[in-house]
Amino acid sequence: MSIVSKNTTFLGYRRENGRVGVRNHVIVLPLDDLSNAAAEAVAHNIKGTLAIPHPYGRLQFGADLDLHFRTLIGAGCNPNVAAVVVIGIEDSWTKKVVDGIATTGKPVTGFGIEGHGDHETILRASKVAREYVQWASEKQREACAINELWVSTKCGESDTTSGCGANPTVGNAFDKLHPLGSYLCFGETSEITGGEKIVAERCATTAVRDQFMFMFNRYQDMINRHKTSDLSDSQPTKGNIAGGLTTIEEKALGNIQKIGKKCTVDGVIDKAEMPTHPGLWFMDSSSAAAEMVTLCAASGFALHFFPTGQGNVIGNPIVPVIKICANPRTVRLMSEHIDVDTSGLLQREINLDQAGDRLLECMLRTANGRLTSAEALGHREFVLTRLFESA
Amino acid sequence: MIHFVLHDAHDTVAVVVVEGVKAGMELQGWIMDEDRMVNVLAKQDIPIGHKVALMDMAVGATVLKYGIDMGKVVAPIKAGEHAHVQNIKTKRW
Repeated sequence: MSIVSKNTTFLGYRRENGRVGVRNHVIVLPLDDLSNAAAEAVAHNIKGTLAIPHPYGRLQFGADLDLHFRTLIGAGCNPNVAAVVVIGIEDSWTKKVVDGIATTGKPVTGFGIEGHGDHETILRASKVAREYVQWASEKQREACAINELWVSTKCGESDTTSGCGANPTVGNAFDKLHPLGSYLCFGETSEITGGEKIVAERCATTAVRDQFMFMFNRYQDMINRHKTSDLSDSQPTKGNIAGGLTTIEEKALGNIQKIGKKCTVDGVIDKAEMPTHPGLWFMDSSSAAAEMVTLCAASGFALHFFPTGQGNVIGNPIVPVIKICANPRTVRLMSEHIDVDTSGLLQREINLDQAGDRLLECMLRTANGRLTSAEALGHREFVLTRLFESA
Repeated sequence: MIHFVLHDAHDTVAVVVVEGVKAGMELQGWIMDEDRMVNVLAKQDIPIGHKVALMDMAVGATVLKYGIDMGKVVAPIKAGEHAHVQNIKTKRW
């Protein structure tokens, strides 16, 4: 008897395209690194807007450029975002991002700096940002079905308690959400290494299995092409190793606990692609925390479960990131970061169902407006994934 | 008091879940999938989150965790010793 059922509702913001968000951000989105200064100036002028600066967007090409646009457009389309001001160095790529976001029906305007300069751009963009933020501030939450909440997950700075406690907690929550018709997502392709057969067996159809193995092998090929060692400095990370994780296989077996015992893997998407039907989706993605959460936000996920062992502190500007931890030492020493403490699992004080319900209760409170620790602490890591060098 | 946990009854290593495990301590462990207890004598100090070996393992042996292959032994390990990067490595990269 879980705390969620198909009758469970949460209070969300219904957007023009029918999607539901749990936050109401007005963002100032730079297309490229050159536009960060103007974007930050606009966000400083207009209180309640949020600039999302980032370091890329110039001379990218091919699949890397496609991913750049997909990520920025996806972030603007995310249902946690009410309205968007886009700033770019020139007009035509700026318009591409604006047009992509406009498909949702939400308010979005773009400004190119060339021919105008920073000052005039900041002036014009601030006027629009002010209108947007006042408009957004009158938006009201309404009761929405639980399965309208899209939830993603990634673990970070894992240790052995992740595999024993925090990750199975997420798995238990996913096992309870999946039958309700929720959209769920997991990824971290390289971190499946050693457990790929397990994930493959959970794929709902042969087609999904083939797509998953394609993405998995593609990532392995990339690693084998570029590696100079057995990756024991990078994957697992120093933090993983300090926490007791020894091999990538061990890390993977702990990682996979996040998909629970019952969920099928119902579809496969590439980085920042949007899922097309309810179910658990595997997204080909980096295992670097901020890269992956940024990709999940771009795919349309509104809330993120982030189990940690050693204490990853990550947040995201538009998606609330819930931290779950089963390591009693981390919960004690880094308490300001942890939203859900499941260390009782390792002393048999609570069982997995209770831990999963604890997480789902936090999910509902967060969806209804409660700030996560990461939001309260101002963690807004927005990191673009790159595929190769710029031209 | 649970000092260590293991996922599957066939695991050859287990995770220490409390601080202060020192050489010579008798450790109580919880086998999660069967919900029963097992004991091992710690032969070394083992930090929280790190693994303790549950049996002697020779170089080349497969290490089992979650009932599944998690790597290979690269230096001999005795039951009760600290099992980590100094004696276990990946088979994959």
